[in-house]
Amino acid sequence: MLRIMRQIIKVGTITEPLPTADGFEQLGAQLKGKIKQRFQGSLAIRFVDAGSCNGCELEVHAANNAYYDIERFGVSFTPSPRFADMLLVTGPVSINMKTALEMTYEAMPAPKLVLALGDCAANCGVFGQDNYAIAGSVADIIPVDAVVHGCPPTPTAIIQGILQVMDSHHHAG
Amino acid sequence: MTELSNTWFAERMGDHGIHSSYLEDHHPAHMPCLEIRRLDWAHAAEEAKRQAMRLVAIWAVEIVEEDASKQLYTYMALAHKEHRHVLLRTPIHHENPEILSISKHFISACRMERHIQDMFGIQVRNILDARLWIKHEHWPEDAHPLLYDFDGKTPMLSDPNRADIDYEYVPCDSECVYEIPVGPVHAGIIEPGHFRFLAVGEKILNMEERLGYVHKGIEKRMQGRTADEGLKLAGRISGDSTVGHSWAFAQACEYAANITLPKRASYLRGILCERERIANHIGDIGAICNDAGFAFMHMQCARLREDMARLHAEIYHHRLLMDNITLGGVAHDLSVEMREKLIQQTRDIAAEIEHLRAIYADTPSIQERVIGAGIVTTDEAKDIGLLGYVGRASGHSPDERIEEAYAPYDDLDVAIPKGKLGDVSTRMWVRFEEIANASRMVIQCLETLPEGDIQTPWNLPETGVSGFASIESWRGEIVTWVHFGENGIIECYSVRDPSAINWLGLELAVRTVPVPDFPLVNKSFNCSYAGHDL
Repeated sequence: MLRIMRQIIKVGTITEPLPTADGFEQLGAQLKGKIKQRFQGSLAIRFVDAGSCNGCELEVHAANNAYYDIERFGVSFTPSPRFADMLLVTGPVSINMKTALEMTYEAMPAPKLVLALGDCAANCGVFGQDNYAIAGSVADIIPVDAVVHGCPPTPTAIIQGILQVMDSHHHAG
Repeated sequence: MTELSNTWFAERMGDHGIHSSYLEDHHPAHMPCLEIRRLDWAHAAEEAKRQAMRLVAIWAVEIVEEDASKQLYTYMALAHKEHRHVLLRTPIHHENPEILSISKHFISACRMERHIQDMFGIQVRNILDARLWIKHEHWPEDAHPLLYDFDGKTPMLSDPNRADIDYEYVPCDSECVYEIPVGPVHAGIIEPGHFRFLAVGEKILNMEERLGYVHKGIEKRMQGRTADEGLKLAGRISGDSTVGHSWAFAQACEYAANITLPKRASYLRGILCERERIANHIGDIGAICNDAGFAFMHMQCARLREDMARLHAEIYHHRLLMDNITLGGVAHDLSVEMREKLIQQTRDIAAEIEHLRAIYADTPSIQERVIGAGIVTTDEAKDIGLLGYVGRASGHSPDERIEEAYAPYDDLDVAIPKGKLGDVSTRMWVRFEEIANASRMVIQCLETLPEGDIQTPWNLPETGVSGFASIESWRGEIVTWVHFGENGIIECYSVRDPSAINWLGLELAVRTVPVPDFPLVNKSFNCSYAGHDL
């Protein structure tokens, strides 16, 4: 136990007040503000891989690591669509995942925000729309509020995307 | 005629009256392809089993011959520890497409045979399990996407008459057994797949996997593309193994085109592949601990993994190392300064992991959970032919870096950890050891990096040739087979991710395991859904 404590103290707080050019910290502050305003400080996201290669998953995980720690802005991932404010979808929608994606979307309460994450979710990427096994991009299957490009998108781009959904007026009123 | 360097299995088959002939348009010669008669197909598999060979993969293709006629073939790749890989193929009648199953000799063949049935409509006779696999129930009955004449460009519509057909899971009528369906959408940030548990009280009686949800038609998509386009796609078969898959694909194309890499390029590939191995093992070690409530380890490992991703972004322009392998070489050379940075970080991370490992070994709450959990015995591992760290933890350790010893591994001191107990704890141990070994190899490559080019000019492969490659990715052996048509266009393609075999090990490992231990055991395998479903 002592060693664990020592390691924790040694590493210290690495969560970044990022001096980065891409302004992660400002983005985070904006996001936190928006989440406070619209969702009383807590945004629950349900994640669905609708056919991804698992590259996007690695970056969503990274957004949760101690450097980015998106949970500090009020973002949490929920195991059930019933509690979800937002659906985060990766991958082109495969014909074998189409029904599961639709059912997950159906199971969500309003406002049913949707973020399509990554080039595949946006436009089927390298797998292509002219493919027997692909039902379409995410927007072809369910209503999408924002799209993040990238193969895969970086953790910063993921935060940006979530912010973009919060800004979208698709579900206003 | 190319010089034959691997005639061993042809001779063994000959001993049993199985006639075979070498295909001249197949490369490389040390992993030859033999054509056998269809009626000898199952006998050949039986002989391979007798010779203690391991089944690498079985797949089918439809090739357009010179006279424009189409011909179906099934292929079988086998490997022997000393005698390397050998491919067998046999022609299939178009009018009556059927083949005998080899699943009673090699259990891992079964799902691949189901894949062949689904994709080509070839009847595999005497198959142990004839249910649909990648082809889900809602597909039109006559849809066999990998047949040449199937329209692969139009999204396939579900057959409304088949919408209500359910997959038949292994039933259990006993009153004390209950079923738990899980997935395809899982609780965490992971890929989709369905698990059907039969449980008695706390314990799992049987767990059945139903995969194919992320099937993206990759094998069909590859057809008609140039090798360059194909390489980009291959790098996205399974995002976490992008280096492994790109390398296997590039290597198969390079064999087909008969080009050899400059030594420097091979070393640079080795660095990429070993760094990918380290990053994934670190991520998994953290995730396994997290699934047993040891969040400290998860946080520490995620931090180290992120450090690696950031350096990768800086040096290789991609956090996950995608698109760094090119046909005939690699995309980025390393300056002296970059090499210093990589050496320094690899060294630091290896040291940090050793430190964390001591903490892990010293923490009873995690040790209680991992020791003895999810066992696969050595016999079972050999029977299935488990690959990579999963195989190594169970005392079955084929490793292409040693057996095939492709460059740069022929120059490196490859050491592989050999476990025996086959539980989560041993799989963890293997991963820690592999991080240490891979770190050593990365540093060795960086310190002894040969001078020279990083790229051999790409040549278009001749019409009708095929190439086969076997690469030890972080998960285990990836094999790729590519067949070229005119103008260097890919005509047929097949790939086998190690997950296609290792998923079977998970089903065995979780028997009698308490239900709440499933995530822990599953994570210790961490099979790829995308790599399996293609």
